[in-house]
Amino acid sequence: MTTQLPPGMQLERVDERIMTLNVGPQHPGSGHMRLIIKVDGDYIVSCDPDPGYVHRGEEKMAEYRNYIQNIPHLERPVIHDSCNILYPYCLAVEELLGIEVPERAKYIRVIASELNRCVYTLYWLSIYGIFLGHSTMFMWPMGDRELLIDLLEALSGARVTHAYFVPGGVRNDTPSNFEERCLRQVNYFEKRLKEYEDIFYQNPVLKQRTEGTGILSRMDAIRLGTTGSVLRSAGVDFDIRKKEPYDVYENLDFQSQVLKEGDSYARSRVPYLDMLESCRIIKDALKKMPKSGSVRTKLKPNPKGGNDEAYRRVESGRGALGMYVVSDNKIEPYRVKISVGSFRNMICMPYLLKGEKLGNMPAVYWSLNYWPVEADR
Amino acid sequence: MTSKKKTNAEPSETVEEKSHPVTEESKPEVAKKEESTLVPEPTFEKSIASRIVSKFGTKTVIGFIKPNRIRINTKKEDILDVASYMRDELNFDHAESVSGVDYPESKEIEVVYHLGSYSDPQLAKQILTLATRLPREDVPNPGKDSTRMPSLRDIFYSVEFHERECFEMLGVYFDGHPDNRRLLLPEDWADIPPLRKDFRVKGR
Repeated sequence: MTTQLPPGMQLERVDERIMTLNVGPQHPGSGHMRLIIKVDGDYIVSCDPDPGYVHRGEEKMAEYRNYIQNIPHLERPVIHDSCNILYPYCLAVEELLGIEVPERAKYIRVIASELNRCVYTLYWLSIYGIFLGHSTMFMWPMGDRELLIDLLEALSGARVTHAYFVPGGVRNDTPSNFEERCLRQVNYFEKRLKEYEDIFYQNPVLKQRTEGTGILSRMDAIRLGTTGSVLRSAGVDFDIRKKEPYDVYENLDFQSQVLKEGDSYARSRVPYLDMLESCRIIKDALKKMPKSGSVRTKLKPNPKGGNDEAYRRVESGRGALGMYVVSDNKIEPYRVKISVGSFRNMICMPYLLKGEKLGNMPAVYWSLNYWPVEADR
Repeated sequence: MTSKKKTNAEPSETVEEKSHPVTEESKPEVAKKEESTLVPEPTFEKSIASRIVSKFGTKTVIGFIKPNRIRINTKKEDILDVASYMRDELNFDHAESVSGVDYPESKEIEVVYHLGSYSDPQLAKQILTLATRLPREDVPNPGKDSTRMPSLRDIFYSVEFHERECFEMLGVYFDGHPDNRRLLLPEDWADIPPLRKDFRVKGR
C-alpha cells in the first residue's frame, strides 16, 4: 500500500494510538524546518528532524567562484552572524595562500566577530523569549540589537550582511570615532544585560518551564558530538576561542562559560553569559588594539591555492564552525565543506524530545540555539 | 597533497624550539607568539601519527602532519579498525564533519572524517583527518553501485547526520548505517548526486 504513495508521504490509520504531528516547515514554532513528531497522548515518543527546506547549495556554489568572490555568498547561511561564518573561511584561505594578517586587522576581526555574536544571540534570545510567552524578552533584545548593528554598520556599511572579513584582513579600516563609540555602546549594553538577568533569567515562570526539561548528560553531549552552548551547558569546557585560539584570542582576557545542569535553562543561559564575556573581550581588545597600521594584506589578483587542504574552525554563536577547503591549484576552491554548529546539534533533538511533553517542545527546541538556514547551508 | 610549504622556518628558531623539551601543553610565550605560529614543531602530532602507523603498518599512510592537524589515509576495508583504535586508544571521541570530495579523473570519491576530542585536554587543539577513497562509477546508482563503505556510526555516534548528507550529496552508501535516507534534498530529487563534479549548475 505504501509503495503507491508519492515519496515522503505516509499513511496513518485513524484508530492508532500513536499520532504523527508535523511541526513545520511553515509552523512558526520550528523555523524553516520540519520536526516529525509522534505523540502518545501528550508525550513525545519519537522525533525525526527533517531539515532541507532552505538548502541553497552553498558548497556547490563555492566551487564555481574564486576565493574572493566566495565571500559575500558564504555568509548567507547565517546573516545575523555573518562575521563568524566568514571567519573560518578566511583563516583557511589564509593558510592555503600563505597570507599574513596585520596585527590591527586581527583585533578588528575579533571586535567585529564578538559584536556579531551578540547580534546573533540577541536575535535568538528574542525568539526564545516570544516562544516561551515572554513578550518583553522579544522587544528588549530586538531594540538593543539595533545599537550593536549600528556599530557594525559604521564598520562595514551594511546592517546584517557585512562581508567585512576578507582573506588577508578586513575590508576597510574603522571609522575615526569608532573606538569611543564602541566603548560607550558596549558599556550601555552590558548594563542592559544585567536587566535581562532580572526580568528573564530570574523569572519564575521561565524557570518552571525550562528547568529540568530536555536534560542532556555530559557523556551524551560528548558522544553525540554537540558543540557550542549545548556542549558547554552540559559541563564540557570546550570553547574554541580558548582551546585553539585563532588570531589574537590568546592575548585577551576572558573565560569560557560552562554550566553543569544540561537542561533547557542552562542551554539558554550559556549564550547570555557568552554575551557578557563578549563585552569583556571587546573592551579588552579596544584597549590592546594598535592605534594605527594596515588592516589588509593585498592579495595578488586571482590567487591560487596550491595542492593543499585546510580545516579551520572558530567559535560562532552556535558553536564550533569549521570550514574544510580543498584546493587544486586553481583560482576556485576544489571543495568547500561547511561544518556548522546547528547541523551538529541537530542530532540531539530526537534524544532530548523523546519522553518530553509536547508543550515543552518549543522550550527544548529553541534552547538548542538552532538556526535552520545555517544547518541546511 | 603531501607536500607543505613550511620551509621558510628560521633555523635559529627551530634549534631553540628543540633545545628545551617541548610538549604540546607548554605555555606559549606571549612575546614570541608570532614566531611560534610561523615555525611549526609538530612533535606531538608526529607522536600520534607514529603510534597509528606502528600499530597498523602499511594499512595506513600519513597524508600530512601540520601543527594541530594530522591526516591519515586508509583503505575502506581497514577503516573500522583504524577508527576504533583512534577512539579507544587515542581518545578521539567525536567527528566534527564528514566531507565527500569527488575526483572524477581518478574515478574516486574521497570521504574525509574530521575527528576531534572533548574528553582529552591534550587533544583539544588536534583535528585528526581520517580519509578513505572509494571507487566511483560514471553513472551513479546511489545505494546499489560499488560506491560504498562501512559506516562509522557505531564507533562515532556523531557521524549519523553527516553520513546521511554525504549519501545524498555524493552517492556514497554507508553499509550498516541505520537510516540511509535523504536529509537535505527533496524526496523526489531525480538527478545525480549534486556535489559530484559532473553535476553542472544551470547557467554555469
